[in-house]
Amino acid sequence: MTTVDGRHKLDREAERLAYKPPEVRHDKQGDMDSNERIDKAMWNFLKNFNTQTASYLDGCLHCGMCADACHFHVRTDDPQYTPIWKIELFKRTYKRNVGPFAFFYRLLGLKRKVTIEDLEEWQHLIYDSCTVCGRCSLVCPMGIDIAGLVSMARHGMFKAGLIPHELHEVAKRAAETGTPLGITPDKFEDRVDWMADEHDVEIPMDVDKADVLAVMSSIEIQKYPQSIAATAKILNAAGESWTFRTDGFEATNFGLLSGNPEWQKTASMKLIDAAVKIGAKTLVLPECGHAYMALRWMGANMYGKPLPFKVLHISEYLADALNTGKITVKKVDKSVTYHDPCQVSRRGGATQAARDVIRHLGVDFREMEYGGDYNWCCGGGGGVVTITRADPLRHRVFKLKMDQVESTEADELLSSCANCRQSFDDCQEHFGWDYTMGSLMEMVAENLEEGQS
Amino acid sequence: MDLLEFARGPALQWAAYILVAGSIWRIVGILLLKEKSDFSEPRKRAGLGSALKVVYTRSFTAPPFAKATMYPKMMAYVQHVGLFAVVFLFVPHIMFFKGFLGFEWPGLPNSVIYVFGVAAVVASLALLIRRVTSPVLRLISNFDDYFSGFVAILPIATGLLIPVRLGIRYEDLLAIHILSVVLFMIWLPFGKLGHVFLVFITRGTTGIAFERRGAKT
Repeated sequence: MTTVDGRHKLDREAERLAYKPPEVRHDKQGDMDSNERIDKAMWNFLKNFNTQTASYLDGCLHCGMCADACHFHVRTDDPQYTPIWKIELFKRTYKRNVGPFAFFYRLLGLKRKVTIEDLEEWQHLIYDSCTVCGRCSLVCPMGIDIAGLVSMARHGMFKAGLIPHELHEVAKRAAETGTPLGITPDKFEDRVDWMADEHDVEIPMDVDKADVLAVMSSIEIQKYPQSIAATAKILNAAGESWTFRTDGFEATNFGLLSGNPEWQKTASMKLIDAAVKIGAKTLVLPECGHAYMALRWMGANMYGKPLPFKVLHISEYLADALNTGKITVKKVDKSVTYHDPCQVSRRGGATQAARDVIRHLGVDFREMEYGGDYNWCCGGGGGVVTITRADPLRHRVFKLKMDQVESTEADELLSSCANCRQSFDDCQEHFGWDYTMGSLMEMVAENLEEGQS
Repeated sequence: MDLLEFARGPALQWAAYILVAGSIWRIVGILLLKEKSDFSEPRKRAGLGSALKVVYTRSFTAPPFAKATMYPKMMAYVQHVGLFAVVFLFVPHIMFFKGFLGFEWPGLPNSVIYVFGVAAVVASLALLIRRVTSPVLRLISNFDDYFSGFVAILPIATGLLIPVRLGIRYEDLLAIHILSVVLFMIWLPFGKLGHVFLVFITRGTTGIAFERRGAKT
């Protein structure tokens, strides 16, 4: 026999598969009233609209196929994680306010005005459960780049002061100090000196004129400092005239991840100014996915004109240096699989570079099933790894990645993104997993031919 | 003026005006939005060819998604091919088009057209069932999804009824059929049926943007 707690309604009729609002915090920044937040969210979403984005919002067929491409939906079966649903509020606002038939929508009351409660609820969908990995963009029969729309939605959410607390704090720290982990130029210099001693490698710093400006991500500086030495070994071996700069060393861009274009521009301009100052011909980005998107594909637009130097991800630099014989490596007798950082490969177009490097290493390369451009994301991209309340969901999603990696039975797992690496390390600890994510660049540095390292 | 005369005359004429004007308004409203220059150094040259490539390639599902999307994709294909055959390869329709285009093209035998018509109706119903049973689709669907499905299938259903008669006069059935086409034409520019032209913009612009980066399209 069972008894029913009378304080709660026994609802036998409720739909079992009905949409359940997430039980999460709704963080807020600033002291705007609700109407101001709504206006800011929508205006900052809509203000950069162009033909492409408008056609995306007008052209969705509501076929739901994007759900099958999203790791958050695939692992939870929760319909709220359907990618196109994540921008539902913004789609509704577009149609109601600026679309070609906005007048009719408003006149006939066909699209409900977005409320502050809606926006608060969507914080979870725009930030916690989207890594902007863009896998959904590849399945859409209309060719809609849903990930790009989520990034635009983040612009609105940021200006409305409706982003997850942790991500905001990290982005704010990056804007105020120059790096998300609070690494000052002095600290960076200390770390560089330490690595130079530890690895017995020459590391040029603040050289006035150089052909190559190398930059690092603060995740590497803080968690994987050996990356600094590996970068130096490779650039020295290639005979480059290169330098690190204390006035432009941080590659991560939390303005991009949080959705604040001003902070994004500030971060990009530090690197651009440093490169211009030393007359660099090439800026080599570190193993960081979103840094590549921020500078390679968005940097010139922040600058307002074409960049006077090339921007290369380190995997592209390595591929070029190995292909042209600038550096040579010893063969590595191991089986290796490779995790593609979404912003470098799928969305950045540099998928082949890592494979060229792997070929030169002579390893037994085991491509994951549907790896490369269709790779499952690590689950921590797009700033998600910083949001602690999203950890349970992120860990759940990571199971897809574990299965993908394990099925290769490779000895080693490599990638070319410190953010992915951080996400893998966290999940490795959480699950007690056997695989440790390694760095492609570090494997190259460790296996440079004698006389080069 | 009887019902058939009304359907063939002013109803069809005004529906055509609304179809053309509404479509132009919607397309122009999108195309006139400001475009920002992209100053990033392209990895590949991208232009009309990139756009056309993706217009074509997105007609097919990429291998990783093939299994999960097999059912709706197949049904959508049957629906679209069936609609195309019924509208453009049915001899009486070709004669209708010849009336204002001035030329004709070969059609298919009526029996084949009926098979296409029935297949299109069945596929549309299958997609409707999916829409009401899938938790994802139930969540993301709105009035437009259901109404557009109804409006798209009505002309085929009414067309299939003409030879059956069901005790109704041929002229009345034909009038109803034409009026269902009128409804289709009036609704097309405003709802999701507009994907018939929007698909070229969405796929095309993605093709150019992604090809420029050398990214997967």
